[in-house]
Amino acid sequence: MHPFAFSRVSTTAAALNAGAGNGRYIAGGTTLVDLMRETVERPAHVVDINALPYKDITVTRQGLRVGSLVRMSELAAHPEVRVTYPVLSQALELGASAQLRNMASIGGNIMQRPRCPYFRDVHSACNRRDPGSGCDARGGDNRMQAILGASTHCVATHPSDLAVALVALDAVVEVRGLDGPRSIPVQDFFLRPGDTPQKEHSLRSGELITSLTVPAGAHTRRSGYLKVRDRQSYEFALASAAVALDIRGGVVRGARVAVGGVATVPWRLPKVEEALVGRRPGRRTWTEAAALAAEGAVPLSENAFKVKLVERTVRRQLMTIGGQ
Amino acid sequence: MPETFDEATTLKRRTFVAASTAVAGLPLLTSDRLPASASTPTPADQLSTVRLTVNGEQRTAQVDNRTSLLDLLREHLDLPGTKKGCDQGACGACTVLVDDRRVNSCLILAVMAQDANVTTIEGLARGRGEQLHPLQQAFIDHDGLQCGYCTPGQVMSGVACIAEGHTGSRAEIREWMSGNLCRCGAYTNIVSAIEQTAKEA
Ligand SMILES: Cc1cc2nc3c(=O)[nH]c(=O)nc-3n(C[C@H](O)[C@H](O)[C@H](O)COP(=O)(O)OP(=O)(O)OC[C@H]3O[C@@H](n4cnc5c(N)ncnc54)[C@H](O)[C@@H]3O)c2cc1C
Ligand code: SF4
Ligand code: FES
Ligand code: FES
Repeated sequence: MHPFAFSRVSTTAAALNAGAGNGRYIAGGTTLVDLMRETVERPAHVVDINALPYKDITVTRQGLRVGSLVRMSELAAHPEVRVTYPVLSQALELGASAQLRNMASIGGNIMQRPRCPYFRDVHSACNRRDPGSGCDARGGDNRMQAILGASTHCVATHPSDLAVALVALDAVVEVRGLDGPRSIPVQDFFLRPGDTPQKEHSLRSGELITSLTVPAGAHTRRSGYLKVRDRQSYEFALASAAVALDIRGGVVRGARVAVGGVATVPWRLPKVEEALVGRRPGRRTWTEAAALAAEGAVPLSENAFKVKLVERTVRRQLMTIGGQ
Repeated sequence: MPETFDEATTLKRRTFVAASTAVAGLPLLTSDRLPASASTPTPADQLSTVRLTVNGEQRTAQVDNRTSLLDLLREHLDLPGTKKGCDQGACGACTVLVDDRRVNSCLILAVMAQDANVTTIEGLARGRGEQLHPLQQAFIDHDGLQCGYCTPGQVMSGVACIAEGHTGSRAEIREWMSGNLCRCGAYTNIVSAIEQTAKEA
């Protein structure tokens, strides 16, 4: 680990000043400390933001607001969230471990960095870690990598489960910089690698995530998350699906579907949603819609299995949420 | 290899701390005294004093900011019961309770444990005379270990799992204990020990 100075801030103004001076925010530290130990991250100054007041969860008729310093375990266990936004609780509880969920913050979760083994190994070529150095994953061990949204420069999947659920529910990331607050729709928050894989999100340097908001809707209660992985628990997704359905009068009125584990960013599936809306719930509807889940996929040498896997993951989750 | 790597930095840190603590008192940085940005911090800025409660006792230590809570416990506070498996959050051997919640001490900076209330395996039987915590006894009764390396982490995690109420079935225990790996594969008996202790609690 490289040496660094450490400070604590107790006001937003002090945090933003430290951030403007290249201070690196730390919340739970489960991404940052890990990557600092691998020397992938080398901040000269680490700023502990845990004393800031972003720790509330509020559920109103307009929707849900979650402070960025709320812990994964706290949001998952919130009684109203479990009933009104089950897809969030499930995505959280199917991620990491009980210990890590007690540590990890919601803001840090959407800022977590790729789990690509070459990104984590400073002796490998990686455009995300070291722009222009190449990508050892593409022609290497690429079984876990993305089949959607990749570029020649990077094929790493986005690791967050929560982010998949947030993208399905049209969440908004509330941030604050020295110029004041702004709101970033979560779909615009995560950036595909393109020519600049090192740019993972649209947060400006020094900006602080203050909260996440999720708009209410008829679909949020009938929602859930399915995660398929190499072992049953404590593992990242090979494929996952967040599904929320509004079914009334025997017809699908609204549908939100996003997938994880297969794409470079949390991946919304508008065509699958279009194929659901206006249809009768049932096996045929689910199968036909899920068939569109992997549209545009470009598999690598070892991950072609993800094409069928993601279709089946979406289909099974549509059956679970929508009924057979 | 993370462990080899960390041994090296631990050694460097030890000589470094020994050399620099003699020089001056080291103020804890606060927001009104921020170090210069971007460049490598001065040696004094790389150190902090941390005060915390461990197993009911007030402890203070001067640490390099890079020190994890795990290394603080093992190397500075003479509490080697908490184990280092992966040093990456991936095995649970380092599990302790911080303010009664289970966490991985390898991914916590010691400086961030300022004012924290930490319980380690050494503190579990505290206040019970010489008696073991019921879960420790249950691990013995059910043979919940082989080599024993993962055991302190399993026990600490199990204590929290029971307190959280995630013990409704063996499957539920397995899911909520999945953050603790056991290379000897003692899982079946670990689950039995937790199941029995939860029933008797
Ligand atoms: C072994 C292991 C398994 C895991 N498994 C899963 C899994 O299955 N699913 C999953 O989704 N995740 C998983 N994770 C990742 C985990 O969820 C993230 O590491 C965690 O959510 C990050 O949150 P944190 O508060 O610890 O972030 P930190 O490490 O504190 O910060 C991460 C980054 O976010 C920045 N940051 C933090 N807070 C803010 C803020 N408020 N504003 C601006 N920037 C901020 C930091 O500067 C840093 O760059 C796993 C992690 C580990 C170690
Ligand atoms: S896939 Fe992306 S993160 Fe992995 S080595 Fe290639 S550039 Fe780096
Ligand atoms: S040593 Fe901390 S989780 Fe493995
Ligand atoms: S008893 Fe040996 S690792 Fe668990």
